[in-house]
Amino acid sequence: MTIQRRTLLGASIATPALLSAGGAMAQARGPIRIAVAGPLTGANATFGAQMKEGATQAVTDINAAGGILGQQLVLETGDDACDPRQAVSVANQLAGRQVRAVIGHYCSGSSIPASKVYAEEGVVQISPASTNPRYTDEGSWNTFRTCGRDDQQGAVAGKYIAANFQGKRVAILHDNSAYGKGLADETKKALNAAGTTETIYSAYTPGERDYNALVSRLKAANIEVIYVGGYHTEAGLIVRQAKEQGMAVTLIGGDALMTNEFWQISGAAGEGTMMTFPSDPRKRPTAAEVVARFRARNVDPEGFVLYTYASTQVWAEAAKKAGTVDPRRVAETIKSSGPWQTVLGPMSFDRKGDVTIPDYVFYVWKNGSYAEVGA
Amino acid sequence: MAYALQQLINGVALGMIYGLIAVGYTMVYGIIGMINFAHGDIFMVGAFVSLISFVLLSAGGWAAGPGAVLLVLLVSMAITALYGWSVERIAYRPLRGSFRLAPLISAIGMSIVLQNFVQVSQGARAKPIEPIIQGSVELWHGNGFSVSLSTMQIVIVVVTLAVLAIFTWLVTSTKLGRAMRACEQDRKMAGLLGIDTDRTISITFVIGAALAAVAGTLYLLRYGLADFFMGFIVGVKAFTAAVLGGVGSLPGALLGGLLIGLIETLWSAYAGQDMFLLRELNPAYKDVAAFAILIATLIFLPSGLLGRAEVEKV
Repeated sequence: MTIQRRTLLGASIATPALLSAGGAMAQARGPIRIAVAGPLTGANATFGAQMKEGATQAVTDINAAGGILGQQLVLETGDDACDPRQAVSVANQLAGRQVRAVIGHYCSGSSIPASKVYAEEGVVQISPASTNPRYTDEGSWNTFRTCGRDDQQGAVAGKYIAANFQGKRVAILHDNSAYGKGLADETKKALNAAGTTETIYSAYTPGERDYNALVSRLKAANIEVIYVGGYHTEAGLIVRQAKEQGMAVTLIGGDALMTNEFWQISGAAGEGTMMTFPSDPRKRPTAAEVVARFRARNVDPEGFVLYTYASTQVWAEAAKKAGTVDPRRVAETIKSSGPWQTVLGPMSFDRKGDVTIPDYVFYVWKNGSYAEVGA
Repeated sequence: MAYALQQLINGVALGMIYGLIAVGYTMVYGIIGMINFAHGDIFMVGAFVSLISFVLLSAGGWAAGPGAVLLVLLVSMAITALYGWSVERIAYRPLRGSFRLAPLISAIGMSIVLQNFVQVSQGARAKPIEPIIQGSVELWHGNGFSVSLSTMQIVIVVVTLAVLAIFTWLVTSTKLGRAMRACEQDRKMAGLLGIDTDRTISITFVIGAALAAVAGTLYLLRYGLADFFMGFIVGVKAFTAAVLGGVGSLPGALLGGLLIGLIETLWSAYAGQDMFLLRELNPAYKDVAAFAILIATLIFLPSGLLGRAEVEKV
């Protein structure tokens, strides 16, 4: 026992030393570390849990198929609670643990500051969910996303509202977060371009429970359509309080409303709420086998689960093709080669790291579950 | 006009809940001169106890009628009071007579303990319940704007006033209340005259926690959500309300709560509206408005609106 412990201790001291000496041999021996980072606690913990499920299953499947470059993958986790400061400290911790790639984060407000740390420390970052354009627009070598962008999402939403709610009075609200404000602004841009001007454009404070004052204000302005750039908790409370005050409104939001928790919060008031999300990834033929594996474990691969799975796959496939886990070379390979075969179908990336074919469609909440509009 | 009335209703219902919690801060401050920073988290525990009770009741097939709500309220008050008592027994009593900052630090520690305990045992996600008290009445219809008053808002106002009336009577007209007021004036003297001061202080914490449980239950019923972090923001607002109304004064706590609720609501209602100077204001700054008024009050009325000026006892 004592001897064993001493060897372990020795090894743990020796490993960083070897690594810093640039010993490629030492790297090749140990397992390859990657990480999934997102809000495992806090108001958006439901999405962190989705990401963890997706990444865990992906790593299990990759290891079962022999790992990459003859080595097994080890998955680390990081919890940022969607707090930008915590995201930076998590990013530093993960970089300190020598992870080669981070799948994450969830909130754009976390992904953007964390990406700076990863860029400096040499870590590839693939977000399955951060849609704020700035995340990849800043031109960092290491940032990728498998989801779409707010300008794409907002364009779809703005055009849809202009076409389907013609002549109605529209309010655009946002929570001042990178995601929420970005989405609201892009939607406003598309809506105005289509010739409709919103009646109210306003911010609200996230994390509160009482939005009655705001709701009364919307009511006084005879608002018929509310577009919310924000997360599901506040959106659910706003629509619930609006219906309580007797408003007949349609709530429209972004991909953050794509969780059963939205309905639990809104209750029956959520009926008819619409949101943009890519067409249901669970129904794609390429996903059938993996979806069955999730269901066998009693996990519903809703929301971002399969996006996280695909993000992990993209990195693993690119590392195999590049023949190395060196972050810069993997990042270059992801951009230049492809399309990568993933559960979501073939995926290619442009020079910025965005997916080349995003596909936003509208979903609507009915009776506690959501379905694609017109599907 | 109709719009202003609607916003007043919104503000009063919110302010009542702040007031209920503020009473807990004020009572504890009055008796031992410390700010119980764990009080916001006691409120959170109260909401969770109610949430669990509601889930158990509906699993047991009980209809969610007024009887069930009353039962849940009583259960929550009892269990939360136990938390309040334990917090005092564990974290504050051993430090009595220690230097002033010690119980304050201990209170912040207790707040972290309670938050993390609930986070670990109940999970980090916000827990929703089905709407239980629904419906609303239309009070008035003017200028194309209908003023609605929801059943829940009526319940909040009625329950808050009833509970506060009972506790005011308790403090002003019973033997226990007399003991509490005696401890507040001079704890050492009260002890010399045969009052069990430790017991009186414990009961103060129990009452404060029970009121926080009522607030937690009402909050849960009103907004349908409970999470481990909910006590923080509400606690800060209620603490502000207590200071604004005058720490140590029961009516002051309610008044402070109402004021904070109204300032917040009216700021969101009118800032940025297209009239006079309001155009320049941003509705998202409602907390700034509430806290600015707190600062102004403290500068000009250091003991709050209804507080007595502190007399240095020699």
